[in-house]
Amino acid sequence: MSGEYMEEAARPQNQTSVFVKRKRTFTLASLGVMAVFAISSAVTHYDVIGGFESVPAAIIWIAKNLVPDGRALSRLPNILRKLTETALVSVAVTVCAGICAFFFSLPGTRTTKTKPQIARAVRVVAALFRNVPDVVWAMLLLFSFGQNILTGFFALFFATFGMLTRTFIETIDEVCDACVEALYATGATYLQTVFQGIVPCSMPEIVSWVLYMIETNIRNSTLIGVLTATGIGAMFDLYYKRMDYGSASMVVISIVILVIAIEIISNQIRKVIM
Amino acid sequence: MAILEFRSVSKTYDKMTHALTDVSFSVDEGEFVSIIGPSGSGKSTILRCINRLVDATRGEIFFDGHDINRAGKKEIRQVRKKIGMIFQHYNLVDRLSVIENVLHGRLGHKSAILGAAGYYSEREKENAFRILSKLGLTEQAYKRCDELSGGQKQRVGIARSLMQEPRLILCDEPIASLDPSSSKVIMDHLSGINKNMRITCIFNLHQVDVAVKYSKRIIGITSGRVVYDGAPGQLTKSKIHEIYQSNEGELITDVG
Repeated sequence: MSGEYMEEAARPQNQTSVFVKRKRTFTLASLGVMAVFAISSAVTHYDVIGGFESVPAAIIWIAKNLVPDGRALSRLPNILRKLTETALVSVAVTVCAGICAFFFSLPGTRTTKTKPQIARAVRVVAALFRNVPDVVWAMLLLFSFGQNILTGFFALFFATFGMLTRTFIETIDEVCDACVEALYATGATYLQTVFQGIVPCSMPEIVSWVLYMIETNIRNSTLIGVLTATGIGAMFDLYYKRMDYGSASMVVISIVILVIAIEIISNQIRKVIM
Repeated sequence: MAILEFRSVSKTYDKMTHALTDVSFSVDEGEFVSIIGPSGSGKSTILRCINRLVDATRGEIFFDGHDINRAGKKEIRQVRKKIGMIFQHYNLVDRLSVIENVLHGRLGHKSAILGAAGYYSEREKENAFRILSKLGLTEQAYKRCDELSGGQKQRVGIARSLMQEPRLILCDEPIASLDPSSSKVIMDHLSGINKNMRITCIFNLHQVDVAVKYSKRIIGITSGRVVYDGAPGQLTKSKIHEIYQSNEGELITDVG
């Protein structure tokens, strides 16, 4: 190696070196995180060592109390019936919300918007639905519907609708930009562009998001069931308050198995459609 | 007879960026015109103003008897039907088959419902296969577009635009992402279409040598203004440097 590339190593003048900057940012960030931890521990009287010390005791308690016994086993058919019901409601909610969100997201995307004002309105509505968590929706809806399966349905529906609208807007803008331009250029109408362009090119992404929301909703529906006294959540609540821990843990175990099964199935579906 | 006419067309984005300033030119039926100029000089904006993917700010554009800037939604659709467009990144629906992408060229001619449902007549399918065989894509007809090479994808783009039975084809950097041999195949096909089917072609090109070799007329654009409009033979070295606002020895065309 010789010649002009070897002669001198000039560096930018009057600018802080990137390496120095990087080190400084890292130091400051670490100090910041430590400070936040110290302050919040002090405020909440959180004892780090005590927290870790109680872990073995918790495990022993779980081993003693949370092992399903014979009584729990006899309740299994009932638990499974409620579990299926909850799972099916979650699937139904997610699919309904997904279809609504797809059509609602169309005027909100950059590629398919009709007017900028409408696009902004769509994004605001989606943000509103998304930023209120489903549990809070359930609390709000308890006032209007009472402890009813409809309350749970709508709570999940609203949160899912908001979340999916937002992700669909991003997906469509990301995946369909180019083909939408080309279809418009051929003289295709809005409807034709949606069904011939956007639907085929965004479908795998959309199905994948719907599957993800089905998984999330099965988990969340348990929690909402506690509030609305329906489904598997109510069953857990009942056993737990009766101090029938064996049956309560039977509920938990069956939920875990279902969630894992759903995850495996949806991963298989993803593999096929991608 | 002029098929396309620009009369002092200007385009400003966000009231700030002047993409086009006072652009005037006209294109006769059957011409093969290339527009050259640096990146960001407004070449793409010119093409997109013709089929109203972009709205011009001022001036008039006439295409085949249509006043483009004043056309309503319905008329725009009529105009777009007659204008094919080919893109640098092909802009196909990658997950659909080749034949379906080619048939998309018919959407402008169909009712909204039939088109949305993807229903095409036997005649249209027959026609699509004929065009595909002309472009050497018969074997690929049922393949998904994401299985194709770049050159094949661009030929699908050409087939889609031919399905429209267009009067004009707009080519926006059609060979910018292709290797030299696929580039030649694409340029030869388009030049053949221009000669044999008498379809007017307007190109945006970065490759000055390609523009000179294939076109009968070159328009040079610098920061939104037409600075050259004439035969490729008269495009001297100094003219090229004026278009690209460069000095002797700074362009890749100066090498060798």
